[in-house]
Parts: sequence; C-alpha cells; structure tokens
Amino acid sequence: MLRYLVPAAVFVVLVAFFWVGLQRDPRIVPSPLIGKPAPAFELPTVEDPAHKVGTADFAGRTYVLNVWGTWCGGCREEHDTLLEIKRQNLVPIVGLNWKDDRDLARRWLDQLGDPYVATAFDPEGRVAIDWGVYGAPETFLVNARGVVLFKHIAPLTMDVWNREFVPRIKSGGENPS
Amino acid sequence: VTSRIIVLLCALIPSFAWGIDTEPAFDDPTLQARYEHLTNELRCLVCQNQSIADSNAGLAADLRRELRELLAAGKSDAEVLKFMTDRYGDFVLYRPPVVPRTWLLWGAPAILLILGLGAAVRVIRRRSRLPIDEASDPESDAA
Repeated sequence: MLRYLVPAAVFVVLVAFFWVGLQRDPRIVPSPLIGKPAPAFELPTVEDPAHKVGTADFAGRTYVLNVWGTWCGGCREEHDTLLEIKRQNLVPIVGLNWKDDRDLARRWLDQLGDPYVATAFDPEGRVAIDWGVYGAPETFLVNARGVVLFKHIAPLTMDVWNREFVPRIKSGGENPS
Repeated sequence: VTSRIIVLLCALIPSFAWGIDTEPAFDDPTLQARYEHLTNELRCLVCQNQSIADSNAGLAADLRRELRELLAAGKSDAEVLKFMTDRYGDFVLYRPPVVPRTWLLWGAPAILLILGLGAAVRVIRRRSRLPIDEASDPESDAA
C-alpha cells in the first residue's frame, strides 16, 4: 500500500507546488520600500530646468508618484487612466520622467494632456534607482507622513486604481486625513 | 596558403568575449576585481536571467555606474549589496541570504540528496537479497 501512497503523495505535493508557483508573475518584483519612508529627491522639472520639484513639496500630503518615459509603451497605454484620475481630484500625481529626452517629454505632455501637478526630470535614472524602479510604468502611493503604502508595476487601469489605491488613500494606512 | 592561415586566424578571434561594459576599468586592480565580482552577483531586473555584468539594458548600465561610484567612494562589498537590496530587495542578489525564509531553498538540495540516497540504499539492499539468477532476469523483476 505504502508503495503506491508515497509516489501519489509526492505527485500531489509537486502539483500543488507548480500550481502556486507557475501562477506567479516573475516580472513583478516586490518592493522593499513598502512601509518605509519614500526616498527624498529634488530634481528640475520637465517643463523648466530652472524650476525644481521634490518630495519636500508634498510633505504632509498623500500623493502618487508615476514613473514614465516617452519610450515606454505601457505609459502611453495608461495615460488616459492618469488623466481620469486627475479629474477625480483625489490626490496629486507627481510625474517622474525616467531616462528620457526633455523635448520629447514636453511634446508628450502637450499632445496627450498633462495629468501631473509636476514632472521631475531624471535623465540619468538616479532617483529612479533610489526608488527601486526597474521598468516603467510604475506607480507609487505615498501617504502624508511620507511612507510608501503601495507600488503598482505595469500600466495603471481604473480597476487597479479603484481596487488598490482608492481604499488606501481613504483609510490612509497611517494617513491622518 | 598564407591567406588561408590569415582567414583561419581571423575566425579564431573570440568576438563573444567583447564585453557589454564599455566603461574604462578601475586603475586599482583589486577594485576592478571587486567590481567584476559584484557585477556578476547582481541581477539585472529587466532581463532577469542575466547579471548586470551580462546585460546591455539601460538599467543594468545605470546600476553598474552606481556600483562604480560606490566602490570609488570606498564602500565595502556588504555596503554595496545593502544599497542594492534596500532598493530592489533580495531578488537583486543571485545568491539570496540564508535567513529562515530561505532555509527550505538552501536546504532543499541536501534534503533531496538524502532522500534519494535513502531510496537508492533501500532498493539496492532489497535487490541484493534476491537470488542472483532471478535478479539478473528482467522478466522476473517483480520488486
């Protein structure tokens, strides 16, 4: 009897192992930043090299940081969602333009509409590395105490926004709103 | 004959050895050795089965630049790896740390080896108890 039970048990364990393992998306790397203070930065904006934007400008406010580039197809895909979120006027969206060209980025915002309260220009990707960015588009939610509550990797959709972001903005994690 | 030899020699030029990393090497050979070691320890997150030494992705080049600057600033290997895991998590390391969460991962090869050896010993013992003529006859292999 044992002779059949042991292989059967091994088989069941393997099936369970693969069942769970193969449904995971290896491209989604969990961020170690969740629950930690957002990395501080200050960068010139895309619109005006003389003007700076940074985490200090949003101290005490819940905000979204969206990492994008004109070379990034997924960013084009989520752009209408960002405009829709802007219309909701729930939280400000800060842009982080990653490894891009300033003129191309400006044209993108002119032509497609600008969902951002400000867009930081990071052509060398240094701030992006501090935030653990590895593939645009990525979207972070930071609460009023400057703690990263959530990170979404892949184009944002209204579904993801309503399911993952809105409840966190409303309850706020530690957000005193 | 000379031209044939030249063609043959040209074919032997190891083009595969041309590096991805086009930045100049460190002047200090120990620093360069540490740099090369660490670039092979760190995973490129865009192209996940390559180290940042192997990858020509933009992010890999940026991470090599960070690594270079950290080493030039006199950071230890442990500090460099902490810089990377603080940002990208343990996934950035090709060799994950041995912590309770990864005990099964690190222990699995040993466990599987012991289980396999145990099974092999059992089968061999059982077979060795069979009469020799029967054991060598596949038709009567009822074990």
